Amino acid sequence: MRILRVGRWITVIALALLAGIYVRALAYTPVEQSQGLAQKIFYLHVPAAIWAELAMIVVGLSSVFYLFTKDPRLDRFAASSAEVGTVFCAIVLTTGPIWGKPIWGTWWTWDARLTFTLFLFLLYAGYLLLRGAVTDPAARARFAAVIGICGMCEVPFIHLSVYMFPTLHPMPIVLKPSAPSLPGTMLLTWLLSLGVFTLLYVGFVVQRYALSYLREQLEAVGDVGGGRGHG
Amino acid sequence: MRLPELLRHSWTVAAKDLLVEFRSRTAILSAAVFVVLVLVVFNFGRDPTAVSNVDLAPSILWVTFTFAAILALNRAFQLELENQALDGLLLAPIDRSSIYLGKLIANLVFVAGVELIGVPLLALFFNVRVLPYLGPLTGLIALATVGFVAVGTLFSAMTVRTRFAELLLPVLLLPFMIPPLSWAVLATGRLLADRPLSEIVGWLNMLAVYDIVFVALAVLLFPATVNE
Repeated sequence: MRILRVGRWITVIALALLAGIYVRALAYTPVEQSQGLAQKIFYLHVPAAIWAELAMIVVGLSSVFYLFTKDPRLDRFAASSAEVGTVFCAIVLTTGPIWGKPIWGTWWTWDARLTFTLFLFLLYAGYLLLRGAVTDPAARARFAAVIGICGMCEVPFIHLSVYMFPTLHPMPIVLKPSAPSLPGTMLLTWLLSLGVFTLLYVGFVVQRYALSYLREQLEAVGDVGGGRGHG
Repeated sequence: MRLPELLRHSWTVAAKDLLVEFRSRTAILSAAVFVVLVLVVFNFGRDPTAVSNVDLAPSILWVTFTFAAILALNRAFQLELENQALDGLLLAPIDRSSIYLGKLIANLVFVAGVELIGVPLLALFFNVRVLPYLGPLTGLIALATVGFVAVGTLFSAMTVRTRFAELLLPVLLLPFMIPPLSWAVLATGRLLADRPLSEIVGWLNMLAVYDIVFVALAVLLFPATVNE
């Protein structure tokens, strides 16, 4: 299947570039003065966080279009994006504590931003659990679309809350109204990393999309028999 | 569909649910006992010498309401599964949105009933002064409740037709309940600590925006959950 191969190639290229980002971040980008080496995680943490959230918007938008057009491809796309979003959320939730331990002195704190990343993760988890709990494909697609749209509408509230609570989390230093407040080499590394994560997202989603298409084909001929793990 | 007609149909659906509940009274009685039990459990789960009652009361109040509301929400569409009552409701020549609004109204009345039991019990068990702030507290509870009951009613229409409905509803709903709940807890805390009303206006505005967005969204999305 062509699209699966395309997805694989994109992912392979993105993973190779990710290794390149590691090399550039560790060897060719200056060490931050106050945080030391721990700051290096910023090049992974922030791009992953941006895509974890954008993936939810993608899920919501494709769900809206699904409800209008009832095109199964949009449903498949939303599901793929949700799964990749879950993985990216997991990356954010693991890299965050690794940075937090040396800088804050604690793995986890009930800070607004951490808490709401956790809720984004739980939102994805709910979405995927619901998909697993409905057997009829048409109902599954409609139900998932409803949750997806609600999830997308929840994101702005999460953002508003972040600014209403006192927070320990560093404020945005790149995506903010004024100019980014970090040196050019760091900014370049970060932007390259954002590009790589974008590619990684696309590669994963394309692969996942192709896989769910194949699964549906199998289900249609009755090979999977409703059971997971055979496919 | 005209608005008065929509509201009239919604009320008919709500009245039907409330009548069923009024005749049996099992759900509201169970919910009332449940509220008492949760409050009693909280009494054993705290150290009165470490945290003062007033500081703990907002959390106790909202955790109790959260659990009670989830129990109530599961019930709304469960009722319609028996004898395929939902199919009859869907065949009725009324707008799908009015079915949702009817369920929402019935759920709100039910949850309000539970809250009406919960607030005096909280005041009694934990010796919290509630009476001086009754007006603003009622408004705050109403604003927060509308938001999460609106989302919960929409989700329960879907989860009742899945396997493990009782578990799936809280799993889906809690992430949506957290923003209004966290604002409500903070605002309740300020209110009970005798802070001026101007300090909680921000939270109340956020709750109102949340209510408007999610009630509108649920009305629009509900038909997608029942179309066969």
